[in-house]
Amino acid sequence: MGNGVQAYISYKVITKTNLPEYQGNEKIVIRRYSDFVWLHDRLFEKYKGIFIPPLPEKSTVEKFRFSAEFIEMRRQALDVFVNRIASHHELRQSDDLRIFLQADEQTMDRARFQETGIFKKKPADLIQIFKDVQSKVSDVVLGKEKPVEESTPEYEKIKNYIFELEDHLAEAQKHAYRLVKRHRELGESLSEFGKAVKLLGTCDDDALGKAFSELGAKAEIISIKLQKEAHHLLMNFEEPLKDYVRAVQSIKATIAERATAFKKQCELAETIKFKEIDLNKYRLTRSEKLAEAEREYEMLKAEGEETSRRFDTIVRLMNEEIVRFQEQKTSDMGLAFHEFAKGQARLSNGIADAWRSLLPKLEAHSS
Amino acid sequence: MMGYENQESHLYASKEEMESLVLDDDSPTGTAHPFSDPLSSLPFAEIPTDQSQTPNSSFNSILEPPSYAEAIFRSFDADHSSPQLNGSHDHSIASPSSPPSSDDFLTITVSDPQKEQELSNSLVPGGTAYVTYLITTRTNLPEFDGTEFSVRRRFRDVVTLSDRLAESYRGFFIPLRPDKSVVESQVMQKQEFLEQRRAALEKYLRRLAAHPVIRRSEELRMFLEANGKLPLVRTTDVASRMLDGAVQLPKQIFGETAGGMVDANEVAQPAKGGRDLLRIFRELKQSVSNDWGGVKPPVVEEDKELVEKKQKLHDFEQQLSNVSQQAEALVKAQQDIGETMGQMGLAFVKLTKFETERAVYDSQRTRAADMKNVATASVKASRLYRELNAQTVKHLDKLHEYLGVMLAVNNAFSDRSSALLTVQTLLSELTSLNSRIEKLEAAASKIFGGDRSRIRKIEELKETHRVTEDAKSSAVREYERIKENNKNELERFEKERHDDFLGMLRGFIVNQAGSGRLITNQVLMWDLGSVSVVSEAMSTGTRDLEYCDNIRNFVLGIM
Repeated sequence: MGNGVQAYISYKVITKTNLPEYQGNEKIVIRRYSDFVWLHDRLFEKYKGIFIPPLPEKSTVEKFRFSAEFIEMRRQALDVFVNRIASHHELRQSDDLRIFLQADEQTMDRARFQETGIFKKKPADLIQIFKDVQSKVSDVVLGKEKPVEESTPEYEKIKNYIFELEDHLAEAQKHAYRLVKRHRELGESLSEFGKAVKLLGTCDDDALGKAFSELGAKAEIISIKLQKEAHHLLMNFEEPLKDYVRAVQSIKATIAERATAFKKQCELAETIKFKEIDLNKYRLTRSEKLAEAEREYEMLKAEGEETSRRFDTIVRLMNEEIVRFQEQKTSDMGLAFHEFAKGQARLSNGIADAWRSLLPKLEAHSS
Repeated sequence: MMGYENQESHLYASKEEMESLVLDDDSPTGTAHPFSDPLSSLPFAEIPTDQSQTPNSSFNSILEPPSYAEAIFRSFDADHSSPQLNGSHDHSIASPSSPPSSDDFLTITVSDPQKEQELSNSLVPGGTAYVTYLITTRTNLPEFDGTEFSVRRRFRDVVTLSDRLAESYRGFFIPLRPDKSVVESQVMQKQEFLEQRRAALEKYLRRLAAHPVIRRSEELRMFLEANGKLPLVRTTDVASRMLDGAVQLPKQIFGETAGGMVDANEVAQPAKGGRDLLRIFRELKQSVSNDWGGVKPPVVEEDKELVEKKQKLHDFEQQLSNVSQQAEALVKAQQDIGETMGQMGLAFVKLTKFETERAVYDSQRTRAADMKNVATASVKASRLYRELNAQTVKHLDKLHEYLGVMLAVNNAFSDRSSALLTVQTLLSELTSLNSRIEKLEAAASKIFGGDRSRIRKIEELKETHRVTEDAKSSAVREYERIKENNKNELERFEKERHDDFLGMLRGFIVNQAGSGRLITNQVLMWDLGSVSVVSEAMSTGTRDLEYCDNIRNFVLGIM
């Protein structure tokens, strides 16, 4: 859609539901990538503590953005994204989801434009939070305790786990991506080899020439199998691994949120304590500031309770989410591994069959 | 970010890591060399290194190489008369003219490079160092004095051997000797270079030993057997030959033969070096006049068939070179995919270890177990790819070998061309001599009583003519001989090419097919390892392709 720099890809989102909150059984809307981003960010703001399903990355390379493969990969990832939200017992109740799935394009556009300032955290802030969390985690790991950070051993364990898991996963995913490339390269070189052998076959018009031609032709066929498997590997093995990495990054974002909430709680607790001291001082001196101070104190306490409540929610939700995350990933990976096995077996067996089929002819040529 | 600095170092797992990886699995297919088990109907073809065997043939001196026809005839004979080994199962790709039950052998090994000092007898103090190699021969051929012996030779000796063979065996497809590679010897590490050269020398000598005619040559025998300094005369360097030539030159220029007849044998050799300066000039003039279609050469390269054949061979050579290039790229791609597979496997091993150590939930343990399977299968597949590639390299090496053979073919054809050129040169000399004699005789007859100086001149020319006639006959004989050699070699070449390449194709295909099966089974076994039938089948340890096929079909049916 659109032209040049303004061009973008739109996706069709089809919803089928029997939930009463939704109008009608089936709804089709057109959405673009930034709409999905909007939904993600809204959910991230509202449902702190829950691991929001991750989005596929923005693509910075202009050329790549419109390649068929990239679009297909993104579509698949966006599909998974929306469905995960829709199957999460809390997230599925979100109003924002409803808007996303049902609103017409103008409403959607408006909602998206409103999304500046108040709700959106600037990327710089997020990065800073990450850095703080990371340095705190490493400080704790290194043995330097710092006051304003949750450091229960259990939570530390979780944080360390998440950070190290990301490293391991990223490595595996990188190799998986390379493996996809290798399949393509092998396919290409086999194809070139086949062509060259076919040409060699034209030099002789006897059995040898025929044998060469047959080999060359077979090599080209096999090269196609390799290209197919490369694609399959990309979509069904490498993508899930990448998705896993994204999920872990989403958890890191939640960890950051939790840290913020904790910090706020601690700071408020500090402020309240000082206020208490002031209050007692005023009581003793029967100052006129007492009444106002008492009012402020009450406000602070209410805020403190609210903050604590929010923090506790985050903790509770995170604990549930972790269990759900582990289970989901085991199931996701199990499927990905199965696809890997299936694809590789199909490929290598197909290749073996193809080569083998040449042998009877070759025997005939030799005799 | 924290962890990311370490990431790069994880990515490049070393080969050692992969080899030493203890994959604790129940897999009975985890033997070290799957490829060495003979599959019942489709063995993985290992290229044997034994030479083509020929039975005894009569020994001939250096001047008369053994009759080509005789040698070949006998080898074909051996082919027909030898029994096939185990009938239906003999699928090895031994070179075609090697009867499996032949007794003759000539096995050569090159080893043990040593530095030696050249004794200083030149102006340069201290002398120069050179390397000698130990050449060990085992044989039962009658020409040789012993059955097992060794000599030390340096590279220069090999060059001498090669040059002498080129002189004696014109028209034959003589294997090319290794390059002098002066640059490489400076640039490469000493050890590496020595090893490369040692291997190249061995290959060269083995190829010589595989040639049915050359293996019987006196030159080769002396090279392999004669102790001490190599008794073959080195082709002298150009400078000293220039000096020789300077003495000969006046005679050649004036066509004087008194006291120094043109040796007929010399004519049998191509013109080369300072010695034959004038001959080179003359032949050059001849070849130019040939090209310009001046005097129509009486001896035409009659074989239109030959011209066609040469063109075909040229085409073949070009395509072969192309295939060889693509083969190299293919081998690289196979290597890459195997490596990446292995690296990915290692990454999953680390992940497995990580999850297992930190597991809090059962779902994590399950996932760790799944990951371990992927890791194991990947690492094993990577090893299989490596094996596949090693075999592929061996098979496709035939391509490179034949590129070398094509060069030898070209040499043989140019032997023929230069012999023809010599004949043509002599013929035109005869023609010009004849016309000069005629002119002189005509002039002399007009003078009554005879012209003493002219008559003397005519006598001299007639003498030259006789000598030149002899030379021409010798040259024609030589040319015919080379033609015959060409023809026979071509026949041998065609047959060997046909058999060798079909064998190569077969080996390549069997290798690829078998490897594909093994990888499939590796993968299936893990993913459907719970299927008891599959486990049981694999545990019997057979790698029979048919059996594996059945299992595969069964398993795929479930999938």
